[in-house]
Amino acid sequence: MNALTALDLARVQFGFTVSFHIIFPSITIGLASYLAVLEFLWLRTGRMVYQDLYHFWVKVFAITFAMGVVSGIVMAYQFGTNWSAFADFGGAITGPLLTYEVLTAFFLEAGFLGVMLFGWRRVGPGLHFTSTVLVALGTIVSAFWILSSNSWMQTPAGHEIVDGRAIPVDWIRVIFNPSFPYRLVHMLLAAFLSTALLVGATAAWHLLRRNDTPAVRTMLSMAMWMLLIVAPVQAVVGDLHGHNTLKHQPAKIAAIEGHWENVPGEGFPIYLVGWPDMEREETLFALPVPHLGSLILTHSWDGQIPTLKDFAPEDRPNSTIVFWTFRIMVFFGVMMIVLGIWGAIARARGKLYTSPRLLHMALYMGPAGLIAILAGWYTTEIGRQPWVVYGLLRTADAVSPHGAAEVGLSLAMFVIVYLVVFGAGTAYCLHMLRKGPHAGEGTQPVEGGPGQPRTPMRPMSRAPEPLPDSTNASS
Amino acid sequence: MGIDLPLLWAIIILFGVVMYVVMDGFDLGVGILFPFVPGRHDRDLMMHSIAPVWDFNETWLVLGGAGLFAAFPLAYSVVLSALYLPLIFMLVALIFRGVAFEFRLKASEARRHWWDKAFMTGSIAAAFFQGVVLGSYLQGIEVVGRSYAGGALDWISPFSIFTGAGLVIAYALLGSTWLIMKTEGTLQDTMFRLSRPLLWALLAIIVVLSVWTPLLDERIAALWFGFPNIVLLAPVPVLVALTAWGMLRALHKRSHGAPFALTLCLVLLGYAGLGISLWPYIIPPHITIHEAANAPQAMGFALVGTLFITPIVLVYTALSYYVFRGKVRHGDGYE
Repeated sequence: MNALTALDLARVQFGFTVSFHIIFPSITIGLASYLAVLEFLWLRTGRMVYQDLYHFWVKVFAITFAMGVVSGIVMAYQFGTNWSAFADFGGAITGPLLTYEVLTAFFLEAGFLGVMLFGWRRVGPGLHFTSTVLVALGTIVSAFWILSSNSWMQTPAGHEIVDGRAIPVDWIRVIFNPSFPYRLVHMLLAAFLSTALLVGATAAWHLLRRNDTPAVRTMLSMAMWMLLIVAPVQAVVGDLHGHNTLKHQPAKIAAIEGHWENVPGEGFPIYLVGWPDMEREETLFALPVPHLGSLILTHSWDGQIPTLKDFAPEDRPNSTIVFWTFRIMVFFGVMMIVLGIWGAIARARGKLYTSPRLLHMALYMGPAGLIAILAGWYTTEIGRQPWVVYGLLRTADAVSPHGAAEVGLSLAMFVIVYLVVFGAGTAYCLHMLRKGPHAGEGTQPVEGGPGQPRTPMRPMSRAPEPLPDSTNASS
Repeated sequence: MGIDLPLLWAIIILFGVVMYVVMDGFDLGVGILFPFVPGRHDRDLMMHSIAPVWDFNETWLVLGGAGLFAAFPLAYSVVLSALYLPLIFMLVALIFRGVAFEFRLKASEARRHWWDKAFMTGSIAAAFFQGVVLGSYLQGIEVVGRSYAGGALDWISPFSIFTGAGLVIAYALLGSTWLIMKTEGTLQDTMFRLSRPLLWALLAIIVVLSVWTPLLDERIAALWFGFPNIVLLAPVPVLVALTAWGMLRALHKRSHGAPFALTLCLVLLGYAGLGISLWPYIIPPHITIHEAANAPQAMGFALVGTLFITPIVLVYTALSYYVFRGKVRHGDGYE
């Protein structure tokens, strides 16, 4: 195997750090909205289970929020350290968009997060609920800016090129570039689904261990409703997103489908499995479903789309990778729909909380949403290659002038530190999930807040559980 | 339009960096001082004194990075890739330290010392590499066209190692005087004892830097020693001397608040000195803020949000420091 170049290593480093980073905001976005719903239901019905669940999940929310902030620091610098030519080329657009994201996060942290985490029973229920809703909105606004910035790199619009750099001409067109609305909705729904799967898996774990409380049952019930309704909607949104991609980035779709050439006048298949070979320019071991590709992507029996061979070899994304990452995402998406329907059937038969097979599936599907998010992002980002800004700037021209040794060194450091740090964080979260919600947690005000050592500026201090020995740094 | 956007943005970014140095400086300092305070309970107190504020202090670093990207993408790309390794070391150290801080509080007695070590090492490394970044930035960055043209290890030089060590000392003094203000009893005694040698060390560093920096570059030498600047800028060294004298008196009289305030003055004066040396270059020694400025529509767009949010954040920060005023004591509930 050839030695990795500095460019490869820089790409691996970006992929590695952003993969870790994206997991935390995904959960934060989903949990914030879940908490807002729980608090709404608590205010509306006065049922204690909602309050107990709020206090259980707000701790997990605090940890993931903190992890997201920490892993986000690296992202704020990485464009300059590793992708300096991109930072110079796209700085007039990406710079302000990222600044707005940071400002949104600042604004959130500075105010409403504190009331949400530490204001229980200290401020009125109306103000507390308002804070939770605003935090939930804030996480969505943060996603808005980040996804706008990313979408501009996928489908640039509203700019002109002056002296070899992209200069904004019309901010509305920059922000609401063609792929942005689809990506935003797709990602937000993905965050909601991932969170529902985590909530459902936690409930299933407790039910399988006979920790059968009303709060645990409510968790499972809510998660299953979410999957039943949102997972099919997500499939429709994903389809629309795909058509948008076909319109603006046909090479990406061709790579996703391993679609090398059209037969004149005939529809094209979807390969269920296969191995697109970039050298031989064909998809090996393919298992085709005839005409399905035409039906899905052109809504006609014999429709055709551009193929990989329509693009010069140096303009093709790596089909081998995106073919599979896309199928992994779709597979888990379909499993979510299955789980949602199965849950509905079990509910109708009164077996939602007792069927061990359903509970096992719910448990194993716990990480499925996050895996699907990562697989989806690999598909869209690797599918954008060889461009970093589609059609405008190649990834190879965007990288900083570093040698392989220094990028390799920094990558190794990130791997070690991230595994220790976020490993400990994940273990801590799992430890908390294992404890489960307990009744009556919300009858006391939470210790901490302004003037206390536990404050919103350290969201992790909201979770009081000690760290189990097995997850400590020395192990 | 009439607004000088690059100037305004330069001021905002300088302000962000000052906020960062002032606010994260003392809490990094507390970590740097850990080796001098072996006792578990005193260490708990030290952590306790910064617990409510440290996390937010670091967000200034994020705003600084994002602001630089939005306003001066050329500087962002060139400076950050020139200082690649020290910046990555600093970021990794900050992450490690931040999470060690949280997990130390949640760890069992038997495992706590691991997180103590992580916190200490992370604090020292973060401070040192910030100093290295500062030093190599002052030395100048080689640019050809619009990208960095130097080598991967250009940042290693006697000068940058010196500024690295210097910043560790400066942060340690900020930390020790912060603890003088926030604690009492034996821990405070220890900090009084440590502050005096730290102050002398910092003064020595300032003197050496004042000689060394002009030697780096004729332009800086001409700036400081030419006429009439030598008269106009004379207040800077005079103020440093006065502040140091006041500080020695304050330590002698065992004042609680004055040493920290005066250390802040020293740091700000040092910072002003460096700022004067650099002005108006954002990529020393050749590219000015106006040459590196982003397109006006980008700077203007980002400015709207920044001017709206920053005051709110400042008010909130001031408020939380205010409610957190006073001494920290054992048994205050340390989690």
